[in-house]
Amino acid sequence: MEAKDKHIHGVLAEFKNPKELIDAASAVEKSGYNKYDTYAPFPIHGMEKAMGIKESPLGWIVLGGAIIGLVGAVTLMVWVMAYEYPMNISGKPFINIPVYVPIAFELTVLLSAFAAVFGMFKLNNLPKFHNPLFNVERFKKASDDGFFICIEAEDDLFSEEKVSSLFSDAGATHIETVYDK
Amino acid sequence: MSTDYKYVPEPALVKGDHTFGSITDIIAKTPLSPTPKLWYLAFGISNLLLITLLGAVGYLIWEGIGIWGLNNPAGWGWAIINFVWWVGIGHAGTLISAILFLFRQGWRTAINRFAEAMTIFAVMCAGLFPAIHVGRIWVIYWVFPVPNSMAIWPNFSSPLLWDVFAVSTYFTVSLLFWYVGLVPDFATLRDKAKSKVAKISYGIAALGWTGSFRNWWNYEKAYMILAGLATPLVLSVHTIVSFDFAVSMIPGWHSTIFPPYFVAGAIYSGFAMVLTLMIIARKIYGLEDIMNIDIMEKMNLVMMVTGNLVAFAYLCEGFIAWYSGYIYEQGIFWLYATGPYAWGFYILMFCNVVTPQFLWSRKIRRNVALTFVISIIVNIGMWFERFMIAVASLATDFMPSNWDYFSPTFWDIITYIGTFGLFFTFFLLFLRYLPMVAIAEVKGVMPQADPHNYDDETKEFVKPKAEPAVVDQQTV
Repeated sequence: MEAKDKHIHGVLAEFKNPKELIDAASAVEKSGYNKYDTYAPFPIHGMEKAMGIKESPLGWIVLGGAIIGLVGAVTLMVWVMAYEYPMNISGKPFINIPVYVPIAFELTVLLSAFAAVFGMFKLNNLPKFHNPLFNVERFKKASDDGFFICIEAEDDLFSEEKVSSLFSDAGATHIETVYDK
Repeated sequence: MSTDYKYVPEPALVKGDHTFGSITDIIAKTPLSPTPKLWYLAFGISNLLLITLLGAVGYLIWEGIGIWGLNNPAGWGWAIINFVWWVGIGHAGTLISAILFLFRQGWRTAINRFAEAMTIFAVMCAGLFPAIHVGRIWVIYWVFPVPNSMAIWPNFSSPLLWDVFAVSTYFTVSLLFWYVGLVPDFATLRDKAKSKVAKISYGIAALGWTGSFRNWWNYEKAYMILAGLATPLVLSVHTIVSFDFAVSMIPGWHSTIFPPYFVAGAIYSGFAMVLTLMIIARKIYGLEDIMNIDIMEKMNLVMMVTGNLVAFAYLCEGFIAWYSGYIYEQGIFWLYATGPYAWGFYILMFCNVVTPQFLWSRKIRRNVALTFVISIIVNIGMWFERFMIAVASLATDFMPSNWDYFSPTFWDIITYIGTFGLFFTFFLLFLRYLPMVAIAEVKGVMPQADPHNYDDETKEFVKPKAEPAVVDQQTV
């Protein structure tokens, strides 16, 4: 690669509607690219098949949160009520599982929700301070009514000409090279 | 006799001829344009009420809860009524955002952001009451399991402590859910904003969201998991609130019907509050295409169903009082209807049992003015329901020698009115600075968003064919 190419982040193409984007995405996937992504103002139904994306691992992260919440809550309550500060409340047993159910449930939900939200941000690499795509004025439409694909320069198969012709064959309305700076 | 079948397409969720761009414009317009004068007026009034609340709470902390109308049998008065009432109102938001999401009800997208905001502010108003009711608010941290120098711990067998966990979890999870929904819309505002301050602040809130599908993929998973978590949560919160009453021994409280009865009532009053707010906001902000009559009708249907569930619960209470053969239960039911608070009972019956019956008529369900009136009546009715439960049961308990009549004082009343200041201050800030409709979600339910609605050859949008969703049976 030439020195000049180091500043290229990738090639961005705009498509007219969700249907064209999904067809273009499957064309890109079939051509063997790995480091690319599609951008749309809303999640498009069926895009995961076109792009060959696997199931999100988020469920396992949430399960981790749920287990910590449940075990933590029950441990706390049993330790407090039976060992640390036992209180005789109308002769009820010290370890009284049914009365622990509400708080155990609430803490399970609370920690699962934290895991779901922060796990999702972590998997998505957010918050992110800068993204070269924001250098492209047109990319503002991605949160409004624009449908984009960007193949990144890091991809092994990447070459500006090849990618551009792939996009124009797929019917892109606008093709632009994205620079890091 | 033969039967003729006809396919009736589901009505479009977004009315009018909209593109993705025009949806962005009508929603993002409000936060990005200059503040209207009317908003300042409304905000000023809300701030005055908020100051009133702060004054009332300040005096309460200074003087003690003796300033309220509480007396010896009625140790729980307006504060607890208001707490239950506000928490109940919050339930509609979570129902709309979580339960209707799991049921794939596309119409929720028009109101979910709005209703979730209402939930969060309503729970803030609710949480205030038990906190100030403890009397010594400076030791409120005793309710949390915090290691302290006295080596004491909270009692985890107490429903009041369950409530602390239920309401604080509910608030936190609602806030997280709301923020997750807001992130893509913050990105839209960031990209649409012209002023530097707006760009930077929405940019920070958007966390660098690009709308990348690899991000949407995790995002949708997170959204679904949160909806799955919030669904049992919303049912558990009012269940646990009802345990505050049902686990005690007071006749009229000690009843297993309380959890479902409270949850139905909560959803009933919550939908009424969403309708009240929505009918005003859609007019002022010109969102009639999104928050349209079809959506109002669906909400009215939910209100009708939950209203009748509540009416059925009243019937069950009467039946169980008779069937149990327990004289105190029978006595309290008789006292509801003929005792010192009978006036409250008949207001309640009118508002909660008679009013929802009007909603059987499709004409009334689709009439904006009547719906507005009904929604206000329902909220009044649900306040009286909590009044009857909390005060009437306590004030006339086991022994007539113990009875006393509860009347609110000036401070009870202005504290309650003041919470509207707290609620509307936040709600107006929300309407002013945040997108009041979930932009990305509304776009997602438009027919143009589904790639199946495009022609395979020309790749042009074709109107979806009438799906056999509703089958209208006609006998010829």
